Formats: sequence, C-alpha cells, structure tokens
Amino acid sequence: MDTDLMIQAEGLQKRYGDTHALAGVSFDVPAGTILGLLGPNGAGKTTAVRILTTLATPDAGSATVAGIDVVKHPNEVRRHIGVAAQDATLDGLLTGRQNLTLVGELCDMGRGAAKARAAELLEQFELTYAADRVLKGYSGGMRRRLDLAASLMTRPPVLFLDEPTTGLDPTSRQRVWDAIRVLLDEGVTVLLTTQYLEEADELAHRIVVVNHGLVVADGTPMELKEASKSARVEVTLAAPSPAAVPAIAALVAGQVQMSEDGRQLSAGVDSSPGLATTLVRALDAAGVLVDNIEIRQPSLDDVFFSLTGDHIEEDVTGDDGVDGDDGGGGGGRGPSGVDPSPDGSGRAAELEGANA
Amino acid sequence: MTTTLVPRPVRVDRPSSGSFLGPVADIWAMARRNLVHISREPMQLSDVTIQPVLFTFLFVFIFGGAIPIPGGGSYKDYLLAGILALNLVTSVMGTAVGLSTDLHEGMIDRFRALPIWRPSVLIGRSAADFMTSCLCALIVGLTGLVVGWRSDASGLAILAGFLLVLFFAYSLTWIAQCVGLNAKSPESAASFGFIVLFPLAFVSNAMVPTAHMPGWMQAIADWNPVSAVCAAVRDLWNNPNPSKVINAWPMQHPVEASLIWTVVIIAVAAPMASYFFNKRCTD
Repeated sequence: MDTDLMIQAEGLQKRYGDTHALAGVSFDVPAGTILGLLGPNGAGKTTAVRILTTLATPDAGSATVAGIDVVKHPNEVRRHIGVAAQDATLDGLLTGRQNLTLVGELCDMGRGAAKARAAELLEQFELTYAADRVLKGYSGGMRRRLDLAASLMTRPPVLFLDEPTTGLDPTSRQRVWDAIRVLLDEGVTVLLTTQYLEEADELAHRIVVVNHGLVVADGTPMELKEASKSARVEVTLAAPSPAAVPAIAALVAGQVQMSEDGRQLSAGVDSSPGLATTLVRALDAAGVLVDNIEIRQPSLDDVFFSLTGDHIEEDVTGDDGVDGDDGGGGGGRGPSGVDPSPDGSGRAAELEGANA
Repeated sequence: MTTTLVPRPVRVDRPSSGSFLGPVADIWAMARRNLVHISREPMQLSDVTIQPVLFTFLFVFIFGGAIPIPGGGSYKDYLLAGILALNLVTSVMGTAVGLSTDLHEGMIDRFRALPIWRPSVLIGRSAADFMTSCLCALIVGLTGLVVGWRSDASGLAILAGFLLVLFFAYSLTWIAQCVGLNAKSPESAASFGFIVLFPLAFVSNAMVPTAHMPGWMQAIADWNPVSAVCAAVRDLWNNPNPSKVINAWPMQHPVEASLIWTVVIIAVAAPMASYFFNKRCTD
C-alpha cells in the first residue's frame, strides 16, 4: 500500500514569457501523506499546483493525480481533487453556506446532499455561527477555513492547499493546521505549498524545496536538516584546557573553533545517535570538565540557505514577526527542535562562517 | 522471497453522475448565484428597476412635449418601445462587468477546478441576465401604463413585442461576455457601456424619430438594430411608427430585421465568447 502514488509529477516545465516558472520539476506524493512544497515567492510552487489542478497545462513533462493524466483527462481529475488556493476565491457576495452549497451543486452532489454536507463542514470548521453571513464580512482566518471546507465538499481523496495559512495570525494558523491533521487521519493525500518553514516542518511527511523553478531538495524534514550538514555542537568548558580540542577533533566535521577565553568550543557535526554522549565521554576521558553541551539542528531556513544561498523570503509585513514567535512557541517537535530564535540573521552569519 | 515494491500511481475511480442533466444543473446553479448577487446589492439592480421609471418620466414629461411625431400620434405611445429597448440594451453592461469581476477575483479559477460543464459559466450568466431583463420589461410596462401608454393590439402581439426586445437584449449579453472576457479590469468593462451601448441605444429611433437627424447619422440610425427592434415593437403594439415611411430595408421589415439581427449576433458572439473564455483560461 505504501507504494501507491496519489500524485506524480515528472519533468514539469512551464514558461511564462521569459521566465521559467518551472524548469523541470518532478516529485511524487504517496497516498495518505502530506507533501510540503516549500519555496519563496515566485519559486514555481503555485504554477506546479495550477498544473496539477488542471488550471494550467505544462509546456513539457507529465503528471497524474489519483492515477489520471492531468492533461489528457482534466475533468476526470477535477472529480478527484479539492483545491483551496489563494488565487481561486469563493464568492464574496454569497454567504458561507451558499458558497459551499454552490460548490456541491456544481460537483453534481444534488441540492439536498450539498446542503447537508455544507452544514456538516460548517460545524466541523466552527463556522456555523457565521454560516449565513455574506463572505465579505469574514476575517482572513474564517475565509481560509471556509476555503478548506469548500475543497472538502465532495470528500476528495486528493487535496491541494496553496499557501493555506499565508497572512493568518498564529491562532488561526493553528486551527488550519489542526484541520489538516484531521484530514490526514481520514486518509486524504495532501499537497501543501508554503513559504513557512515551521508549517512544512509541522505538517509534511516529505518536503520538496523549489527555487527558481527547480527542485533543490527532496526528503523528510529530518533528512533535509541532516543533508545540510549544518548541525553544530557548542561546548562550554568549566575551564580552558589544551586537551579539549584534540579530544573531540576526530568526532566532528571540520575544524573546532575556540573562543578567546578558551572556554567555548564549536564545530560542525554530522548528526548521529548519541553524539552528545560520545562527545562528553571523550572530553571526560581527556580530563576536561564540561559545563554545558548543545547540539543545534539546523532550521529549515538554514537548510534552504545552504541549498540555495538564499533565505526563505517571507512577506515583509509585520505579522511575520508574529509568525516567528509562533514558530518558536509552538514548534519544537521531537529531537530536531526548530530553533526558536527569531533572529534568522544571526544564524545566517554563523552559517556563512561555517561554509567559508 | 522478496518482491521489490515499485512505486506506481494508484488509480482511484469515482463514478461521475454522467447525467445529461449535469449541464442543466450547472447552468441553473450559476444563474442562481448571479441572481443572489443582485439581491445582495440592490443598487446593482437599479439600472433595471429605478432607471426605467426615471427615464420614462424624464422623456414623457420633460422632452415629450417638444418632440412631434411625424404622421401624428402620442409621444407616450411612441416612446414606450424605445424606453424598453434603451433600458434593456444599456443593462447589458452588467454582464460585462460581472464577468470581468469574476475573472479578476479568481472566481473563474475556482469554477475551473470543479468538474463542471464549462460553458455553464457563460450560459448561466446570460440566463440570469435574461431573467433580470424580464423584470425590467415588467417595470417598463407598468410605468408606461401609469404615465398613459396604451396599446390596442392583442395580448399576444403585446407579448410578442416584449419577447422581441428581450431576445435582442439576450443576444447582446453575448457581446458583453466577449467584452468582459477581454477587459483589463471591471472598470474598463464598464466603459463598454458608455462607449458602445449608449450610442447604440441613442443613435436610433428609440427616443426620437430619425427624420431630424443629419443625413449620415440618419443612415446609421436606420440600420441600427435597435431601430429595427423599436420599429418592430411599435408595429406589433399598434403604436405610432413613423419609421414605416423610411426607405431602408430594416425599416420596411422591422420584425424580420430584428429577428435576423438577434440570431446573427448570437450565432457570432456566443462562439466567440466561448473561444475567448477558453483562451483566457488556457495557461
């Protein structure tokens, strides 16, 4: 079962004028998993989604969704997918309920069934209180939840969510995330595009990083972090010791750097199980006392930076500061632990130093 | 004994309803959506509710006394067919603006990702506009009765007159769809109303007999489809129709001319709209 691919994209190319929106993008999404398509604005994420949802045709390459060729049988594909995309809105002049019912009717559900399903989804997304309000009066978060609800009207096996939380406050974002996790439990396959690292890290089983129309990385969040080899160990000694550097030199990648007072050591490391224990034992064997040791996994921003030489571009509005805080507070999953420090710049400088 | 599992696309089959009623249901859903829009923004409807009343009063009581009808007859009786045509022709602008708005707000993309019968987007809109046109025609008729318009034609002939204008206006909605599909923005779609529809409605015999226009303009007016429609309705309603004496084929055969215009416009503009829609949606 785990080999079934619900979405398969192969060598997708798309050119708009002089820009290669996609310059040969391939990826697979196994059934029942979430793929995070991560990249900055203009990386080609939305173009990929538009092709897979039959809104655009590729110049080259091919793709199947639910086993159906998107170019040859677009209308077949449309019966198997739900789409919540920023550039495909709902009707601002209809109420939430009317919007959902309209989508259901257009999908040949029949009016009665569409109404029943709409009521069910409004309940599920906690929008019942606003169901009969005109959409224009909805907040961004409510609108996004309704978008998600609309994409679920026909219980499609495949969902495309194009930047489902862009511009949302942390609470609304969390609710959208919760909703997506519920879908996953129901066995839905999801392709999610995002500019947010925490989002991909939180939700996705696998992440495909795109930049300038090309896939620059493909793997689990963990694999990507390891692949970037930018995990670092920082050791604080009780007192400077000449034995410290030789003791760990063989266990780290590259050179060990020492602070001026001789108490701080740092070095790049390849993540491996029990690495901290190994390092402390080696130092102990050399008679060096350790006050503190920390192994810092790279954040996805570090990964992205090391892959592309660019930081993930986030929109320059104020609410991104809020997002950063949210990622710090709510993030931190398992041993990888998303670095909560909001100062991406500080880490970048460090990474540059390591690369140099 | 191990088998290598090769990832392969899984084929999911969801049966389509396959009903021939699918397209009809889609059109009806689309039309209803557009009708809800109108109920939501009543001002949108003002051009088919308030405007007809306003124009009727304006022309009957302000200009009416100053406009003699060649061959005699009451200006009120002459005017009503023209007011009907004027209102229905100019209200077609709403079709262009609405479609352009849908394109720009992303509504069309939403529809395109659904398994719908594509033409229902356009047909649904035209159908909704036809329904509001019917409302407009009713309001014009009632306002006319209030200000003193009368017809001694049979009920059937009166109905035929209304239908003739309604079908003509319906054909124009297809031109409006073409405009809406090519407009850069809803605002520029609106300018279509002023640049095309108003001259089309006014450079005709709708409000005044063409006899006093300059020669070149008279020629345009006599061949303007709106003139043919107005003349045809006046004939059907037994209202004064001074165009009868004008030696231009459409003025001699206004009913035939109106029907030919209507059919030709639909036959040309509907496929064009469909072409523009596909072009606009190919990306």
